[in-house]
Amino acid sequence: MGAAVAAAALVAGPFVPAAQAQQQSGTVLRVALVQEIDHLNPFLASFASSTMVGRMAWEFLTLPSAEDNTPAPGLAESWSTSPDKLTWTYKIRDGVQWSDGQPVTAKDAAYTFTRIMTDENAQEANGTYVENFESVTATDDRTLVIRTKTPQASMTALDVPIVPEHIWANQPNMTDPATDSVPVVGVGDGPFLITEYRPNELVRLKANPDYWRGRAKIDELQFISYKNSEAAVNALRNNEVDFVNRLTSTQFDTLKNAEGITTNQAIGRRYREIIVNHGAQTQSRQPIGDGNPVLKDVRVRQAIARALDPQTLVDKVLGGYGQTGGGIVPASFPAYHWEPAANERYTFDPAAANAQLDQAGYPRGADGTRIGPDGKPIELRLLGRASEDFAQRASDYVVSWLGAVGIKVTKQLVSDNEVDERTNNGTYDLAFSGWGTSPDPDYILSKQTCAALPAVAGSSSSTAFFCDPEFDRLYAAESTEFDPATRAGFVKQAQARYYSQVPSIVLDYDNVLEAYRSDNFASFTKQPAGTGQIMEQSGYWGFYGATPAEGGSSASGGPSGGAWIAIGAGIVVVLAIAGTAAGRRRKSADDQE
Amino acid sequence: MTNALSTAAAELDEPRRGTGTARFLLGKLGGAIGSLLLVVALGFLLFRMIPGDPVTTLTRDRPTSPEQLAQLRARLGVDQPLLQQFLDYLGGLLRGDLGTSYGYNRPVSALIGERLGPTLLLVGTATVLAVALGLWLGVRAAWRRGSLFDRTHTGIALTLWSMPQFWLGLLLLIATQGVFPSGGMRSPDTPPEFFPQLLDIAHHLVLPCVTLLAVIYAQYMLVMRSSLLGEMNAEYLTTARAKGLREDLVRRRHAVPNALLPTVTLVFLQFGLVVSGTVTVETVFSWPGLGLLTYEALRVPDLPLLQGVFVVMAGSVIVMNLIAEVLYRVLDPRVRAQ
Repeated sequence: MGAAVAAAALVAGPFVPAAQAQQQSGTVLRVALVQEIDHLNPFLASFASSTMVGRMAWEFLTLPSAEDNTPAPGLAESWSTSPDKLTWTYKIRDGVQWSDGQPVTAKDAAYTFTRIMTDENAQEANGTYVENFESVTATDDRTLVIRTKTPQASMTALDVPIVPEHIWANQPNMTDPATDSVPVVGVGDGPFLITEYRPNELVRLKANPDYWRGRAKIDELQFISYKNSEAAVNALRNNEVDFVNRLTSTQFDTLKNAEGITTNQAIGRRYREIIVNHGAQTQSRQPIGDGNPVLKDVRVRQAIARALDPQTLVDKVLGGYGQTGGGIVPASFPAYHWEPAANERYTFDPAAANAQLDQAGYPRGADGTRIGPDGKPIELRLLGRASEDFAQRASDYVVSWLGAVGIKVTKQLVSDNEVDERTNNGTYDLAFSGWGTSPDPDYILSKQTCAALPAVAGSSSSTAFFCDPEFDRLYAAESTEFDPATRAGFVKQAQARYYSQVPSIVLDYDNVLEAYRSDNFASFTKQPAGTGQIMEQSGYWGFYGATPAEGGSSASGGPSGGAWIAIGAGIVVVLAIAGTAAGRRRKSADDQE
Repeated sequence: MTNALSTAAAELDEPRRGTGTARFLLGKLGGAIGSLLLVVALGFLLFRMIPGDPVTTLTRDRPTSPEQLAQLRARLGVDQPLLQQFLDYLGGLLRGDLGTSYGYNRPVSALIGERLGPTLLLVGTATVLAVALGLWLGVRAAWRRGSLFDRTHTGIALTLWSMPQFWLGLLLLIATQGVFPSGGMRSPDTPPEFFPQLLDIAHHLVLPCVTLLAVIYAQYMLVMRSSLLGEMNAEYLTTARAKGLREDLVRRRHAVPNALLPTVTLVFLQFGLVVSGTVTVETVFSWPGLGLLTYEALRVPDLPLLQGVFVVMAGSVIVMNLIAEVLYRVLDPRVRAQ
């Protein structure tokens, strides 16, 4: 034990000076982070947890509102476009300061975008937003002008944190680890400022006292790393953290009735789908992979959609925590979400699926399996991630549903890597997949256009190898339309076209399951209002709006009183054992021969 | 005449023993270096046989042009022939350069260096405790072979030994209900002074350490038990008893020292293995060590990082093996005489 303490002392020694003197003061919101952080540097941060930390520290030009995800002012208090829709002028808010006292100006914004456009290493996280930019200039401290090559409707949804030029211009090498350190990332203008970073342990942020919307109601925000979601749930129960997200349905159910804990079930921003290999090809229309040619027949794809029952998957596999899907824009974005009319919907109807396959000319063979045009039985491979609970359990249902309409399916549950490789190379027939979407529908729609087809086999870009002139026409109309209502109309028509062609079958929108200590915190701001999620929003509203509970036990960091007693007891026991052993040794020494 | 002969033999004996030790050490060292090279080569090939192109893994979810892909391939060096890549890797290794992690975009050696301390603390503490507990229980159990003590403790040790670490860890986590932290190595708000930090780390160390201890002490106990049983019918013990020594002195001064040898070597052999066996414990308790790093690297998958961790872990097993073999020779004169 002595050795153990000595070892602990040895290892602890070097850490001690690194720990900042952070005396506890005021209200602390402790958030369990189950996903790791790749970078704090906002130009490189691509994991959801890292971008979330960045959202707290740096303000955006505009951001989706907490109420309904419509563009709301950020650093830009107003914006306008030229008649040809190619020039955007943003009026930058006056009186906003960086945390080191320097004013925030249009030059900082111009610097941020220009750096991304000109420095290849700075494109990692937000490069897609500037692809269509012609130039970005600050005509004066308050005016930012962006020229685009073609009209771009997503100019009020640029999800790019604006950083201080006077700090980042001193960082010539974007991949230098120093760009993740507090002296660099600590200078911000968001609601919270990064004050401490211990990789794989903790990110600590303090409320920005000069934040232009007003100081947050809490004083400190801590993101504490947990690599195991069970441990994170345990930490919530034991009041070691105040907030946990990414819960499983089982964890969510057990926390529902826990004392002092409130759960939040929100409509998610991801859709889950089965992609159908209806002819994987490259941009130059070279076929790739070995998909079953029978899937090129849209009637077969529609029949497959009719033979599946997504509601059962939601109920049995997701424990009820999901909404069955329609279009590829989830229901959490009501302005652009599309649902098929009752007569267009592929409802679960094996008889109708059978009839459609009969009609299309795929008769059943001797063993009940349908025969394809090549005279062979139709056999499809269903690809899924072995690591994913959903794929494991849902694949059995899919096999039996499609078996019932005469399509033989073999499930192939393989490593994540192999799924990526095979879906990129088109060597699959059906595959479980899914995508997270942002409030602006442009990006997710662009992934379904002919332009998104891979340049060469294996380079990932398209999601389902969809390439349809009609869809492309609707996408083009959407991305250059600036009247919100008309644009939403095109977005919905595009989704309807996608739905009718069945390049993939949207199964559901998973719910986001979160839980927090309601004895410490009374409320958080949800996005969208009422039904939305708190953590991992497109914005900082959730934690910025955190309101401490009346008389809530203000978070106390270190070990609890009971823990100190346990440690004390442990030390006493060890000393007692050591003492006894020493005593006996002396006694036996007296007895020596 | 007889005298002269024996003197000559003695003179002959001395230098021969010296070269024997040197040859032994050289041989072992050469063997270790050979194994290390084999491990490096094997690791290099192994991680290139994993399905999935590192470049497509990195560009997942991002539209990429063929030019970008080619550029990335060149930057990562995966456009070179396999032999060239291996030679580059070997050259880097000699300079202490384990490559650059894809996921973190930082030198692998720096990442491993950061995580080595916490893992050594966890493994070191658990090993020290496991050895102490295992030896003590093993001696007691052997001395009273077949007793209730022997049967219960052998049973418990075997049960814990066969338990999945992940499950045991979660069980402990839930059973202790907030007495110990659920994860991590330090609390965010412990004062920066030495003593509070030490206590805080010790507090976080308890659960992962107990989990690891519960699983690894069994082998020390069982080896100690069986090797003591082997000594128990030896005649020198009868001699000791005939001299009128008390039973516990016979055990402690005569039987146990002789039975200790296999256990000491086992400690060193196992230490190398335990470092690699912490993946599950560190994942359950979010302990920021090498095991957790491996787990994260596996999820990406981050090939240079995995390869680096593999080399370091396999290297630690080889070094510990070497120490065990040398130590055995030092401790046991019978081996030296051979």
